[in-house]
Amino acid sequence: MSREVAITGLGVVTGLGIGGEALWEGLLAGRSAIGPVRQFDASAFPFNFASEVDPAVSVRDYVPKTYRKAVKVMCRDVELAVIGAARAVEDARMVTKGLGDGAAPTFAPNRVGCQIGAGLIVAEINELTTAFAKARDESSAFSMKRWGGEGMNELTPLWLLKYLPNMLACHVTIIHDCQGPSNTITCGEASGALSIGESRRVIERGDADVCFSGGAESKINMLGLLRQFHTGMIAATSPDMDPQRVVAPFGAEASGSLPGEGAAILMIESLDTATKRGARVYATIAGFGATQSADLSVCPPRPDSGGEGLADAIRQALGDASIDAEAIDAIVPLGCGAPEYDAAEAAALRRVFGARLARIPLVTTKPNIGLCAAAASAIDVAVGALCVLNQSLPARLGAAECLDGLDAAPTGQRDARLEHVLVCGSGFGGQNTAIILKRHRRSA
Amino acid sequence: MSKRRVVITGMGWVTPLGHGIDAVWERLVKGESGVDRITRFDAETFPTTFAAEVRDYDYRQFLRDPKLHEHARLNTQYALGAAVQAWRQSGLDRFANLNRRRVGIYLGAGEGPPAFESSVKSNLAGWEASGGQSVDAKAWIAAAREHIVMHEEVEQEANMPLLHISQELGVRGPAYNCLTACAASTQAVGEGMEIIRRGDADVMVAGGAHTMLHPLGVTGFNRLTALSTRRDSPQSASRPFDLSRDGFVMGEGSGMIIIETLEHALARGATILAELIGFGSSADAFRITDIQPEGLGARAAMLEALNDAGIDPHERLPDGRPPIHYISAHGTGTQENDSIETRAVKGVFGDLAPEIPVSSIKSMMGHLIAAAGAVELITCIQAIRTGWLPPTMNLKTPDPACDLDYVANRSRRAAVDVALSNSFGFGGQNDTLVVKRFAGA
Repeated sequence: MSREVAITGLGVVTGLGIGGEALWEGLLAGRSAIGPVRQFDASAFPFNFASEVDPAVSVRDYVPKTYRKAVKVMCRDVELAVIGAARAVEDARMVTKGLGDGAAPTFAPNRVGCQIGAGLIVAEINELTTAFAKARDESSAFSMKRWGGEGMNELTPLWLLKYLPNMLACHVTIIHDCQGPSNTITCGEASGALSIGESRRVIERGDADVCFSGGAESKINMLGLLRQFHTGMIAATSPDMDPQRVVAPFGAEASGSLPGEGAAILMIESLDTATKRGARVYATIAGFGATQSADLSVCPPRPDSGGEGLADAIRQALGDASIDAEAIDAIVPLGCGAPEYDAAEAAALRRVFGARLARIPLVTTKPNIGLCAAAASAIDVAVGALCVLNQSLPARLGAAECLDGLDAAPTGQRDARLEHVLVCGSGFGGQNTAIILKRHRRSA
Repeated sequence: MSKRRVVITGMGWVTPLGHGIDAVWERLVKGESGVDRITRFDAETFPTTFAAEVRDYDYRQFLRDPKLHEHARLNTQYALGAAVQAWRQSGLDRFANLNRRRVGIYLGAGEGPPAFESSVKSNLAGWEASGGQSVDAKAWIAAAREHIVMHEEVEQEANMPLLHISQELGVRGPAYNCLTACAASTQAVGEGMEIIRRGDADVMVAGGAHTMLHPLGVTGFNRLTALSTRRDSPQSASRPFDLSRDGFVMGEGSGMIIIETLEHALARGATILAELIGFGSSADAFRITDIQPEGLGARAAMLEALNDAGIDPHERLPDGRPPIHYISAHGTGTQENDSIETRAVKGVFGDLAPEIPVSSIKSMMGHLIAAAGAVELITCIQAIRTGWLPPTMNLKTPDPACDLDYVANRSRRAAVDVALSNSFGFGGQNDTLVVKRFAGA
């Protein structure tokens, strides 16, 4: 009999603020963090809006004094992960080497794992271009000979280490002294959910008691945004549009998603240890499924229009949780607002839930916080966990008219009886995930 | 509850020594080198001018419909060739009753090589528009729209090899890509095995693919002073465990295996190449730039893998041999790695360590980064199957800090029943696999 696994801490960083509470309050109030891009002038880009994390937030406030020097080798993706991890520890009321002023850690270091999803990280453009500029020859053209001879020396010796995707997990393992299994999953928007599925497996098989798990990414830089636009998921916009009305998940006239940056680092813990230490359990992870499906015959590749891959992932998760589709009370879908992705997801949900789908509330997050890349599906798991804990569904933004009568139109916050919530994660590249969260009742 | 047994039924690789299991293996046993001057770009003025490049390789020969994969970047091209080789060897391509929903993929594949020229042009246009202060966004996007090619960008995402392989093989089960630097494909095989053990798939395609043989990749490692910069013959530059080692030599390529439950393999009458019996994963949690000096993280990974395999590292077999008969070392040829790995092996095996042959094929084909682990696992399987230990070449001057049996400079006959493969990533993620001769159901 494998061990039950629970969510005991949320470290969420989004445009709506730092921490699960900030995200939840923002969602309940129906706020959107999407606005004109602030990190550079995107007015001439094919789209101009994003959800950005408050620039006043500094990673220095989230690392122990002894680790402040290392902040200079952290790119933004790493910063987001490190902030999220610190918040998760605090939220789970744990002590680690990095947080707790020298008190004994809650868990032995070799019982702590770390699975943090990441994206394709873009090197900071001014730093790189300063070096390119040094490699120009007399005719102002870039010369590889000058690059090898002088240009590259403009880059700080640790330049490469700033941008390796595994550095998110590596910094977190060092700060919090996690010596158990550690991984970095890089599967687009599905990265966070796949990481959570893996953390659950690691704990089930007894290789750790608790794992830092989830994802973090920022594509809010010139090349990152252009790349994301090229995936076909992002809406074309112009600066005169209302940024908060663009993203309309499952909307009949939806035009695409908008990018967000963020992190969701969850504390995934064995239910035994959580119960023993009296931890707050947001929900247990009752089921998990993962599949692969996408159509490569077009450029850019797009999701399989029939939704079979995601439907298979959901069926796997239902089987894993030993429940029927009837038991699902609400769904947190990808719901990114890109027509091809929404259509594929709606098709998948219809395959599994049939006519009942119209009566299952969908919890959409992208109109509020954008499509947060490798963090997206982990943020959605956090949102699902908050719904289950609070027995409540947040307000919804988006389109008044939804495909096939899906329950996804704008509404206010509602209380709801939620025993099982399904969280779907898919994205560019065709990896699909389904996670079933189950309400936890303390045994008397 | 006992664990489901997982066996290996297919192998494939694309390496600087060629592709095809037997052809490359022959060259490894002969001690040949794939290292030479860099031809991929003009590296003449770089601190490092040599590497182990994949040559004379056309991935289209392996594909049913090459057009579907026409935008594949080099890492994906290597991945496709290795995966199709492994798939064919396993016989699954000819197995009519395959449930494709029960076939997953777990890769430790690296990102695709960046489109260097278009990024230089766009960035410099933005730079010049601001008078050399910073990159002007309006000028950058105007230049980017002219120079940047859509598919060259999106195909860099690290999950693209996954997508291409799933389409080529038509498989639809659980799909993951992990990127724990140089440990990635070892971790991918290990976690792939765990997915099968849990019952979430019957078959997994597992391995890795990577190339960092591009201007920014070589730049990054040169700035870290991680690469050998010696100026004599390139073939002698990669010197794992030698006193004069001065860094690793970059390689590129892919290694892929097919793993499946023993029951699935037996039921379809597959040829079983070896059995995968242990996996361990750990983190140093020490420093971004340095390995934990006692090798504690490496030890933890090895001990966990041995424990998973039910092997006591201090107990001799009834015939007097140590419990492990060959170790494929991470053995990069950096001062730090090789001495610490040696210390870790001694820490795990104690008095038996000197009796266990350890070698590093990176001395011949360089360091395949994310793909290294899978290629080195195949090396272990080949050692079991052929009874040959591949050598550590270029080991001329012993280092007192490296005092194990490294199979120096000449391959050797040996009876290998159980082998262990180590991979350690920059940043401190460590992974170990244990593989065993298949001794029947």
